[in-house]
Amino acid sequence: MPTNNDPVGNNPVGNNPVGNNPVGKKLCLSVKGLTKEFGFGRQKNVAVNKVDMDLYEGEVVSIVGESGSGKTTLSKMLLGLINSTEGDIYFQGKKRDISSYSKKQEYWKNIQAIFQDPFSSYNIFNKIDAVLLDCINMRGGRRLPQAKKVEMMTEACSFVNLKYEEMTNKYPFELSGGQMQRLMIARIFLLKPKILLADEPTSMIDACSRATILDMLMKLRDETGMTLIFITHDIGLAYYVSDQVFIMEHGKFVESGSPDDVILHPREPYTKRLINDVPKIYEEWDLTTV
Amino acid sequence: MGKVILEVNELTTKYITRFGEDVYAVDHVSLKVEEGKSLGIAGESGCGKSTLALSLMGYYFPPLHYTSGEIIIDGHNITGMKPDDVRKSILGTEIAYIPQAAMNALNPTQKVINIIEDVVQAHDPSKKKKDIYDLARAGFEKLGLPADVLQRYPVELSGGMKQRTVIAISVILGPKVLIADEPSSALDVTSQKMVIKMLRNLMDNGMIKAMIFITHELPLLYNVTTDIMVMYAGQIVEKGAAKETVFDPLHPYAKGLMGSIIVPEAGLRGVKLTAIPGVPPNLKKPPSGCRFAERCKYVHPECKASSVGVTTVGDNRTYRCILSEKELREVYKNAN
Amino acid sequence: MKHTLQQIFRSPNFVIGFAIFMALILFVFIYPLVVPDAPLAIIAQGTFFPPGTYVSVYDSLGSTQYTLNLQNASAARIGSKVSDTDKAAIKDYLVLVGVPEGQIDLTDTQKLLEQWKTNYDPNKNISGVTNAKRNQFIRLNTSLQNANSDQGIVLASQDPTSGALTQTGTVKLTDYVDINQIASAKVLPLGTDNFGRDVLTELVSATKVSLQIGFVAGLIATLIGLTLGLLAGYIGGMLDDIIMFITNLFTVIPSFVLLILISFSIGQDQRGAVTIAVVIGFTSWVWTARAVRSQVISLRNRDHVNLSKLSGHSIVHIILSDILPYIASYVVMAFILQISSGILAEAGLSILGLGPRTTDVPTLGLMMNWAMIYQAHILGKWWAYFPILLDIALITFSLNLMNTGLDQVFNPALRD
Repeated sequence: MPTNNDPVGNNPVGNNPVGNNPVGKKLCLSVKGLTKEFGFGRQKNVAVNKVDMDLYEGEVVSIVGESGSGKTTLSKMLLGLINSTEGDIYFQGKKRDISSYSKKQEYWKNIQAIFQDPFSSYNIFNKIDAVLLDCINMRGGRRLPQAKKVEMMTEACSFVNLKYEEMTNKYPFELSGGQMQRLMIARIFLLKPKILLADEPTSMIDACSRATILDMLMKLRDETGMTLIFITHDIGLAYYVSDQVFIMEHGKFVESGSPDDVILHPREPYTKRLINDVPKIYEEWDLTTV
Repeated sequence: MGKVILEVNELTTKYITRFGEDVYAVDHVSLKVEEGKSLGIAGESGCGKSTLALSLMGYYFPPLHYTSGEIIIDGHNITGMKPDDVRKSILGTEIAYIPQAAMNALNPTQKVINIIEDVVQAHDPSKKKKDIYDLARAGFEKLGLPADVLQRYPVELSGGMKQRTVIAISVILGPKVLIADEPSSALDVTSQKMVIKMLRNLMDNGMIKAMIFITHELPLLYNVTTDIMVMYAGQIVEKGAAKETVFDPLHPYAKGLMGSIIVPEAGLRGVKLTAIPGVPPNLKKPPSGCRFAERCKYVHPECKASSVGVTTVGDNRTYRCILSEKELREVYKNAN
Repeated sequence: MKHTLQQIFRSPNFVIGFAIFMALILFVFIYPLVVPDAPLAIIAQGTFFPPGTYVSVYDSLGSTQYTLNLQNASAARIGSKVSDTDKAAIKDYLVLVGVPEGQIDLTDTQKLLEQWKTNYDPNKNISGVTNAKRNQFIRLNTSLQNANSDQGIVLASQDPTSGALTQTGTVKLTDYVDINQIASAKVLPLGTDNFGRDVLTELVSATKVSLQIGFVAGLIATLIGLTLGLLAGYIGGMLDDIIMFITNLFTVIPSFVLLILISFSIGQDQRGAVTIAVVIGFTSWVWTARAVRSQVISLRNRDHVNLSKLSGHSIVHIILSDILPYIASYVVMAFILQISSGILAEAGLSILGLGPRTTDVPTLGLMMNWAMIYQAHILGKWWAYFPILLDIALITFSLNLMNTGLDQVFNPALRD
């Protein structure tokens, strides 16, 4: 089990509703010995290798790794989109059971995701209303009167600074990348899951939209108390948003803990190298180390 | 003031869409790059920074068209040259261009040295293979690339090595200006650092005299270039030394852009990020006044009335806003 | 949807293909309204009548006769009776008897005949001319005398008992009839075939039947291929293995051989047009299945499918609304190609004599088969096979053009 040292409580955006002290926090998701192997025999490739992690309710966690580190495979296993080879996941203290499709559907009521590429996240044949209505239906709002549904959709859109009147009867591809990603957050706003997994949510959009997206995700976390997992290669982002950071290399966590510990004072050579290679602006960027 | 290597005066280029509409992606851009300087271009996607890079080469092909303005490289005016002449006498020898996916441009069925032979012989058919090999070897050694790369096929090289090989090939004919358009954004951080180190090497060795570097990653830009220019909707909104532009931006858009930088450095965890609401204007019908007015926090009614000129501050700093430097600083101070 | 249709109809390839195809379809449906004959009715006694307008001789004698004095009428009549080989023989003889070659004009038939009349002497002995050749000139002379005749024909009726002939009228050289006043005339634009059937009527009916066969075959092949491809691609695992095993089996067996074996084993009695269509459909789904499967596999890991799962949609809903619309354009294109290959497969089978066994409707393949058996191609009776070839070519060409047009609209890599 990774150490969760008392993180410095200077979360930049909003206040953590349960405080940063792990004492008194409820365990939300617990991963034990999770492994994923692709292929077999000589071609066996261990994408995720015996990973352990504990995530608490309301916490913001980052899993940082370069491409090929297995972070996307791990995120798909957490989402239940692919099955693990070994290991268990405990959700709210109970072992997760996704042996059948209906059980998966049950699990997906608690965990949601935002993907990297907003342009490929939408079914291009469905209108925006359909995307949002799906969420209302999933939360058991199928029988609600139309006016109530519109009210809910308007509320969700205004939460992400979009106007519902401008969104209705439009297709997602008529929006900009930033707007599409905001619509994704509106979707999460309606679904109110226990866990939100954001897989590189800002890497495809512009720097100035990035701040907006991060702001909204943090605000949503503050309102719903959900656990937020960032999967990212951007150490700056991980440092900026998270309470806990996991550094992943070749399918394993090499270092984990609070961002101030891991990112400002790395112990492992891999973490040191990774942080060294990110361009800085206040400190001198040491180019001699490569 | 050093010798001006690249001078661009009021350059305007446009795309003509399938439906015959004109999109002015580069709108009256003027810039000067002196010897030994590197200019960084920042801006969000669609602001015209990549189009500017293409336009600077003077090599236009549809849907991109030249409209007006002039480009002078080392005293040599290349405006109005035929594309064929540009290809023969400008590209590679005067200006080298590295696009984002440059590493995929290496022919996988040819050894690196054969690709270099093609490049050199396209400009000088009389050159002997032996001489080309010596030239390539010397160039690679100077840039710290292993010489055995020359005898390899591109598929045998890693992504970072391929990108560095492309850069080494692109400067083999001794261009004066290197234009790098997001040369490292497809790479992981370590390879990115190697590419950056190599580009800095090129400048320090004097193998190129000036560089234009385009990226949307501001921390990277800050570490590579001596000057930074911020583009918005086809226009330059701010230009100045890298340090000034990043830490003390004047234009509200540049201010917003710099306020969204995230770097893993102590003390930055508590900083509030600036978010710029809204979307850039449609360049088919750009607004008549300040193009940023729609999204600007500090907008005045006059902003939207007429087009905004460029204000010069100090020796080398310009910005495009109706407010004076003093007024802008006042506005920012009050906002905090 | 509306936008896509607009784009499709802006593609020149599609528009040309669509226009040709619709023209064919319209012709197939309008022609039977104008000519309501049964397609396989035998109207001609004899084989391969050339294209033309057939006028009843009896009726033309009975109808009003008009006198027209046309200058070139006799020349045309003689010209039509003296063949090119005859002219060459005349020239041979004239040269032999010493007429200078410069004076012989093969185009002026009348002058040629006069020269023959003045120079020909059956008793003249010309050295170097064989007996056979001399006899040939004698025969030529007899036939030319008939051609040059300027007398009319006497019409006579026979007394049924005595057999005596009595003159009832004469037909002069200057007598004409109005073709519109003749009670019975038949236009055969493409002549008749070996059985004496009107080729055009037959062709129109055959086109219709062949299109039906192609459509049914294409529909069956596309439906099977789509269903198997979707199941194998989306559900994967064991089901994928089984389906791919069957698909691979069908791939390695040449489907045309399979087609021949199946249609042979069905037996002649059951082999109707629909049966053949079904057989073709059941042997040509393989490529559709493979292509759909590979597209579905690349789709099923897309983010929008993952998101649809996370939104709690059922597997059926995901296949129908998140997978199918993305491959619909491909399936439509595959369907169009399947129609054209179905028509070709039917033609191939029928040429081999394994096509549908029908007595009331022809197919394009059957018509080819008949033309081939009765050696139309050797006898030079082009109207019995060439229009059919052209028809098949036009159908497949138009369908393929539509397919390329659709490809240009739907495939971003080909978009300009």
